[in-house]
Amino acid sequence: MTDVSFLSTWALPIVFIGPLIAAVATFVLGATWVSRVIGLLVPVVVFVVAVLLILATMDGEVVVSQIAGWPGGVSIAFVGDLFSALMLATTAVLVFTSLVFAYAAGLGMDRWFVPAVSIMTAGVYGAYVTADLFNLFVMVEVALLPSYILMSRQGTLTALRSARLYLIVNLTASTLFLAGLGLVYGVTGTVNMAALAGLGVLPVVGIATGVIMIALMLKAALVPAHSWLPATYPYTSPAVTALFSGLLTKIGAYALVRIISIVYEPGQLLTVIVIVVCVVSMVVGVFGALGEGTIRGTLTFQMVSGMGYILVGVVLAGAIGMAAVVFYLIHHMIVMTSLFLTGGTVEHEEGTGIVRRLGGLARAHPIASLAFLLAGLSLVGLPPFSGFWAKLGVLTAAADAGAAIVIVVVLVVSVGTLISMLKLGTGIFWGTSRGEREDEDMPSDVSVGPASTRAGATGTAIDVAAAVEAPPVTRWRPLLVIPGLALALVSLGIGVFPEWLLELTQTAGQSLADPSEYVSAVLGGGGGGGA
Amino acid sequence: MTLAIAVALLTGVGVFLVVRGGAVRLILGFILLGHAANLVIIAAGGTFRREAPLVDGGAVVETMADPLPQAFVLTAIVITFGVTVYLLSLVARTAKQSAKQDPEQGGRDD
Repeated sequence: MTDVSFLSTWALPIVFIGPLIAAVATFVLGATWVSRVIGLLVPVVVFVVAVLLILATMDGEVVVSQIAGWPGGVSIAFVGDLFSALMLATTAVLVFTSLVFAYAAGLGMDRWFVPAVSIMTAGVYGAYVTADLFNLFVMVEVALLPSYILMSRQGTLTALRSARLYLIVNLTASTLFLAGLGLVYGVTGTVNMAALAGLGVLPVVGIATGVIMIALMLKAALVPAHSWLPATYPYTSPAVTALFSGLLTKIGAYALVRIISIVYEPGQLLTVIVIVVCVVSMVVGVFGALGEGTIRGTLTFQMVSGMGYILVGVVLAGAIGMAAVVFYLIHHMIVMTSLFLTGGTVEHEEGTGIVRRLGGLARAHPIASLAFLLAGLSLVGLPPFSGFWAKLGVLTAAADAGAAIVIVVVLVVSVGTLISMLKLGTGIFWGTSRGEREDEDMPSDVSVGPASTRAGATGTAIDVAAAVEAPPVTRWRPLLVIPGLALALVSLGIGVFPEWLLELTQTAGQSLADPSEYVSAVLGGGGGGGA
Repeated sequence: MTLAIAVALLTGVGVFLVVRGGAVRLILGFILLGHAANLVIIAAGGTFRREAPLVDGGAVVETMADPLPQAFVLTAIVITFGVTVYLLSLVARTAKQSAKQDPEQGGRDD
């Protein structure tokens, strides 16, 4: 199997090292077209590698690269299984589309932007392929450090304040992660995930790993550690929010799934904890979304809600639940980024993200409103979109596991999601336009009240963000609209032809439910690399 | 025991400083919390073995210190250092910016 040996010796390290080299190159080159092209090439290369990896692992094989040829269990291993490969591919697509949007929005002119994004993606890709908890910590930090820069790059007071909060939250999580690593090493003598397989049943190991999981929960913005997300993500530039939404919180989700899959055995206590956290996340997220008055405020709360949907399957019905997790994760990353990109287009071109200052934009901008409609319906979970299959998967797993509460909450919260997306859609694209409404009743607009204090703050951040204050009739820049539409169409495509992805996620789910293949590949000597 | 007390003290003072508010206290608090986490890792390696590891092949496993936690801590210190410097500059810029927008506050940003 020559292709596998190629993958394990070159391809896996390349997804981490490639973006780092690109970061150095683009930094040296400065804000030129060459570095912008390099920025776009990196996700293309990673996507190709990810597709090769999917082809190599689609029967459940695991590709391992033991760094520097140390024996398994001692070395730091880069591992590609189907779950990692799918995450790599999805992330690469999102990075590419978000970069196109960011360039169109003018962020490519900032000489820090492309290098920062490259380093950030290096950390994200690295986190998806590492099999070592300490290495995971380092990868997460590699992804976070440039994100601090991207967050504060706008330079306004609101952006700086939210960046400070963002930094503090992540510093707390990282410190906790580090302490958890110390505890895990103290009780087991290893931080290799494969060597920890099944040890979660021992109370000391379970608790030590639990500390790490709390840190990851904070990073994934699960309730009760979610409130930093809506307080920071809406206050940077729209392109950066879109990029973060698909990448950063999802590392937390990925790592939680991976750790639960390998370290813990299915058990009563774990099931109860995960179901409670996820169900509360769904409910709190959707209520928060209903109360928000800005585009990105609403969408960030939908992210919190979505995180509950993603992770609830971890403890439901073994392989079926895990397959639902993988499918929902991919669906949610695509759809959320699409919504953030279309919402970001509105903010850039109309100069505000406050819903009650917008309205009736569908007539002038039918394509953007179509993109928003498609992605919105997909998020709600209507057929024929990917969201339908994602929610169906969660419901099937819940039914198999007999978890009635999950079924009820999923359905009820979906109605809430529908209402909040309708509110957003009618507020921005349909309904009366700004001009018409000023003649009519202002009181009904004022009733959006509660979130208005924060909405005012967003307004100042975004007014600066929109470099060009476009008059209402101007056509929106096509390169801003296309990325969001493309991702919405991907979601539609997955919804219409779901079989291939369902099959892949089923295989990924099986190997997550029974990680013995992963464990033996990581621990068992050179693995594919020895070939 | 000494290490456990040190970790407890550092964590306690660190949390106190962080929740107390104020930019400088916040940063000092996080530095202390970072030290606490580092000491946890050092403690995990066991402090009863103190010989230098991997030197001239003369080290005995029973007496040599575990090098892995030291490598962890080294990495963690570098990362914490970088983040702390960035946090400091962020706080400084925020203070400058808010002084510009709201002169009455006098550049203080708690």
